Amino acid sequence: MDLATFFQQLANAVSLGSLYALIAIGYTMVYGILRLINFAHGDVFMIGSYLAFYAISATAMPWWAAFPVALCLTAALGMGLERIAYRPLRDSPKISVMISAIGASFLLENVGIVVFGGRPKSFPSIALFDTVVKLGSVSVLSVSLFIPAITALSLLFLEYIVHNTKTGLAMRAVSTDLDAARLMAVDVNRVISFTFGLGSLLAGLGGIMWTMRYPQLNPLMGIMPGLKCFIAAVIGGIGNIQGAVLGGFLLGFLEIMIVALLPELTGYRDAFAFVLLILVLLVKPSGLLGKKQTVKV
Amino acid sequence: MLDIDKLSVHYGGIHALQGISLGVPKGKIVTLIGANGAGKSTTLKAIIGLVKPSTGNISFDGNSTKSLRTKDLVESGLVLAPEGRRIFPNLSVEENLSLGAFARKDKAEIARDRNKVHELFPRLEERKKQRAGTLSGGEQQMLAVGRALMAKPRLLMLDEPSLGLAPLIVKMIFGIIQTINREGVTVLLVEQNAKAALEIADYAYVLETGRISLAGSGPELLADDKVRKAYLGES
Ligand SMILES: Nc1ncnc2c1ncn2[C@@H]1O[C@H](COP(=O)(O)OP(=O)(O)OP(=O)(O)O)[C@@H](O)[C@H]1O
Ligand SMILES: [Mg+2]
Repeated sequence: MDLATFFQQLANAVSLGSLYALIAIGYTMVYGILRLINFAHGDVFMIGSYLAFYAISATAMPWWAAFPVALCLTAALGMGLERIAYRPLRDSPKISVMISAIGASFLLENVGIVVFGGRPKSFPSIALFDTVVKLGSVSVLSVSLFIPAITALSLLFLEYIVHNTKTGLAMRAVSTDLDAARLMAVDVNRVISFTFGLGSLLAGLGGIMWTMRYPQLNPLMGIMPGLKCFIAAVIGGIGNIQGAVLGGFLLGFLEIMIVALLPELTGYRDAFAFVLLILVLLVKPSGLLGKKQTVKV
Repeated sequence: MLDIDKLSVHYGGIHALQGISLGVPKGKIVTLIGANGAGKSTTLKAIIGLVKPSTGNISFDGNSTKSLRTKDLVESGLVLAPEGRRIFPNLSVEENLSLGAFARKDKAEIARDRNKVHELFPRLEERKKQRAGTLSGGEQQMLAVGRALMAKPRLLMLDEPSLGLAPLIVKMIFGIIQTINREGVTVLLVEQNAKAALEIADYAYVLETGRISLAGSGPELLADDKVRKAYLGES
């Protein structure tokens, strides 16, 4: 691999890692607050991409208006999902909630097939994101530069919300001790709903950027990224936001670099995530940044 | 101020509270003592809406609390410092106190209450940036009480504040409970440390496996033979 190819792959790895990170955050936030794996998160990502697709191609809106609309609808979808599929089961055994999550995932995929059609659609090209940028001998699509930049901004925004706002304080309280948070007069339902909205918003953002990078949409496109980002969240230490980001980037880099260095492994590309998961869990069962909570009595 | 009438609570098949009635008059310290598993914590959880009673009635300020959420009750001045302190270990001392005042909007008064908590527990001010989980047990209890005070309680319920603390700290916490009470806060104190609780209580109830078995003023129960045997470890 010469230097130019290396930088080319590095750019690819950074943008794939960014996308994984954005989606992984949604898994980790919901887990942190409800101890629930939101299996439908990958499908929210898929619907978010379609919403952006339709907002652009079926309305006269320019992209800078269409994308925010799609993002808001995606956030609303996540909040609706929580309201319908998870909230009624809040006091039920974990297994019921899990089954509900799996059901919600299948439902969204099949609604996707019925409503959007099973045939893949191609995302319209937007000049700003679709130009080739030359950086020395490396040429990348402009979207590959936007992806890490927008991801970085989103992470700063998230960091601000979680650590500098009242809602963020409530989120951290609810995620540590739900009943104690209730005793603080925290509106637990509102906080949970907000968390789903925020996670889905980030998944929608990931979805939009994903489809600009890999401009093919189909109703099952959320499954693999969803699974991998869940793995990324577990690798980083589920419940921990920095961990999800770390896991996402790790996975993105691993996937791109292994394929670049050992092209004969290309067919196993989707398996790397699982191998990494097993290795990390063997060494550190709580994930790279996950910690065992110690509570003093 | 708080009236409980024939309250029953079931956990699945377990009948944890079997129709208890008790009252907490305004301005007083009332204590509820009893052995492990008697149902003391269950009583407090039912009052604050964390467990649903199967039958019976609870009223606060003369209004039934049935349709109210925990959040509403806390906002109306009914505050619980729960068993085991339940502070947020990964948040700072300061953030824990802010959470106590979470639903309040009166910024200036919140700041004043924070100063008051710092006056009562100077240790908390010294450690305000520290993660609450790294505090000692006694400091964590101070934080739990301070956090409850930040909610501006009119009726403060405390579930075993002396649990696991050295006698000196227990004395200090109980002294502070009396101070708070003198400033106008009504107190419902659940304790296993019956002696300490009865000494500061205006009125006391003894809970025995889901039933009130005895009630009377603090001094009365302190002098009662049964109480001395069962709860004060005398023979
Ligand atoms: N969530 C629950 N599920 C089932 N049973 C419960 C639950 N919580 C309490 N119990 C049972 O209800 C009874 C009363 O419990 P409670 O916690 O109110 O006792 P307590 O008087 O506070 O005891 P302690 O002094 O040990 O704190 C006990 O027998 C307990 O096992
Ligand atoms: Mg108890």
